[in-house]
Amino acid sequence: MFFRKVIITIIVLFSNQVFAQDISANEILKKIDANLSADNQVISSKMVIHGKRGDRTVESKSWTEGTEKSFTEYLAPARDKGTKMLKLGDQLWMYSPGTDRTIQISGHMLRQSVMGSDLSYEDMMEDDKLHEVYDAVIAGRDTLENTVCWILELTATEKDLAYPKRKLWADQKRFIPLREELYAKSGTLLKRIDFKDVRSIDGRWYPTRMIFKDVLKEGQGTEFIVDDITFNQDIPAYIFSKASLKK
Amino acid sequence: MFKFLLKGILRDHHRSLFPIVIVVLGVSLTVLAHCWINGILGDMIDFNAKYSTGHVKIVTNGYEDNMDQMPVELALGNVDELLAKVRKDYPKMEWVERIRFGGLIDAPDNKGETRAQGPALGLAVDLLSPDTKEVERLNINKSIVRGKSPEKNGEILISDELADKLKVIPGQIVTLMTSTMYGSMAMQNYIVSGTIKFGVTAMDKGAMILDITDAKYVMDMQDEVSEILGYFSNGIYNNVSATTVQNRFNAAYKDSTGEFAPVMLKLRDQNELASMLDYISRMISIFISVFVLAMSIVLWNAGLLGGLRRYGEMGLRLAIGEFKGRVYRSLIYESVIVGFIGSAIGTIIGLGAAFYLQEVGLDFSDLMQNATVLWPGVFRAKITLPAYYIGFIPGLISTVIGTMLSGIGIYKRQTAQLFKELET
Repeated sequence: MFFRKVIITIIVLFSNQVFAQDISANEILKKIDANLSADNQVISSKMVIHGKRGDRTVESKSWTEGTEKSFTEYLAPARDKGTKMLKLGDQLWMYSPGTDRTIQISGHMLRQSVMGSDLSYEDMMEDDKLHEVYDAVIAGRDTLENTVCWILELTATEKDLAYPKRKLWADQKRFIPLREELYAKSGTLLKRIDFKDVRSIDGRWYPTRMIFKDVLKEGQGTEFIVDDITFNQDIPAYIFSKASLKK
Repeated sequence: MFKFLLKGILRDHHRSLFPIVIVVLGVSLTVLAHCWINGILGDMIDFNAKYSTGHVKIVTNGYEDNMDQMPVELALGNVDELLAKVRKDYPKMEWVERIRFGGLIDAPDNKGETRAQGPALGLAVDLLSPDTKEVERLNINKSIVRGKSPEKNGEILISDELADKLKVIPGQIVTLMTSTMYGSMAMQNYIVSGTIKFGVTAMDKGAMILDITDAKYVMDMQDEVSEILGYFSNGIYNNVSATTVQNRFNAAYKDSTGEFAPVMLKLRDQNELASMLDYISRMISIFISVFVLAMSIVLWNAGLLGGLRRYGEMGLRLAIGEFKGRVYRSLIYESVIVGFIGSAIGTIIGLGAAFYLQEVGLDFSDLMQNATVLWPGVFRAKITLPAYYIGFIPGLISTVIGTMLSGIGIYKRQTAQLFKELET
């Protein structure tokens, strides 16, 4: 009897110790946003699409300012070279040099795949800081690749988000997501993202390889590899204009 | 005898009018329903064969599993070799390449920016080869509402409804946005050479017709197409022949597995046509059976009423010594004449109404807005050879059966009772 009381006391004390060290889920989200977001960023990346007819690699360079402005130029393969995308607020335009046309992507087209990848235009447009549009709770703890994580359950606080619910595995030390599951309002799992090769860049942790898998689509998923990323650069204002699409 | 009975029928309207009216109604409805269902079914098979299924179709295993989504990434490979083989193995059939795909048509303003957009259902066929039969098969020239058929690469046809929605007229440039066979974004400018209306609601909403070489170019296809369609030389679908061709082809490729292996489907295997055709055939059989039964019951009752009305006449004929069998037979002969007259008039009326619906049809296109199967927008009847007898025979039989049932009472009359009746 005495032995049992001692064990219970130890467990209670230990639990209190663990929870005393915890921070709130929304604070975790803020720290994650601090790692992933910046005033602006310039990324050179490769997208390796593991499709039904083999792998394809699409190279691009993107300029992003805050959550509202983004410009992407595709550099390879030859067929896609010169294709550009511009996001201003909730509008998206695409320019193709072959047609010399600037076409607005809207409505259901936003849910279509970008270049046959597992990413949609909506995914490309979604730059909001997580803590500003989601409310989080800690649902549990897990270990991914020998890293202890919190499992956060995110519920959208704003309407019309592409994913009203998310589940996020957050690295407890580096405050970086290691896995994300994106859900529809109905609770159906839509996409899974695994974040790999986390590196320290300009004093922040950043995953340089992300594996996207659209679970409703057959295939082996899409790897998004960051070749180079720089934060808080001087980006000329004309980059984020429709005129730059045709340049 | 015949002359005597005919005179009786014509002079005594009470004896013949009601049964003839019933038979006319039943027969004309049967003939009309038969022609109507046949017309719709025939059009449905014809439309599906020409625009979508062929009489047989070769696709990949993976494409078959997702055919509704028109997955160009699961297109057939080595098409030149495959086409040469099927043309050699099945020389009496015509084999054509098709690509079906989804995309977005974007109409520009005068600055070249998006003015209007609409989803398009792309159908790539051989429009430009000198010996192509596809233009005739798809009835393209007669379906053109404005403009003309494409005469060179880079020209397309779009549905008149889509053209109206996008406010595009022939001669203007539009941009197609779709994806290549490898999943890349594909954008291409085309001149709208004309607008079309096929009378098939599923296609008239947003069809886009272009030459197959244009589609191959934009979708980065070299020796690939999404479908190879086979047609019997007489243009008529024959399920037995199609099954033979299908079994032979699939047996030759039974060792090829994987999602890119070719597989042959026949018309009935596609668009849920088998279950639909079987269902409609069952409905026709049930309709005709119910009609014969219902008419027999009605005519039986009519015969009973007639029998009651002619109770005295029958009694007198039996009392003066006419045999029961002879009286019974005369009633049956009468019913044959009544059935013949009613069936003939009913068939003429039914055929007349069917002819009207064959030529004019009824427009149900508003109800077909969300139809996924290729139903014609205007439902038309079709007069076939069975229409001349499909109502006539049951009309005649039901009249005779009705009379035979009601006439049984004659045998139950007793001679002693007859004299009592005559005395009163």
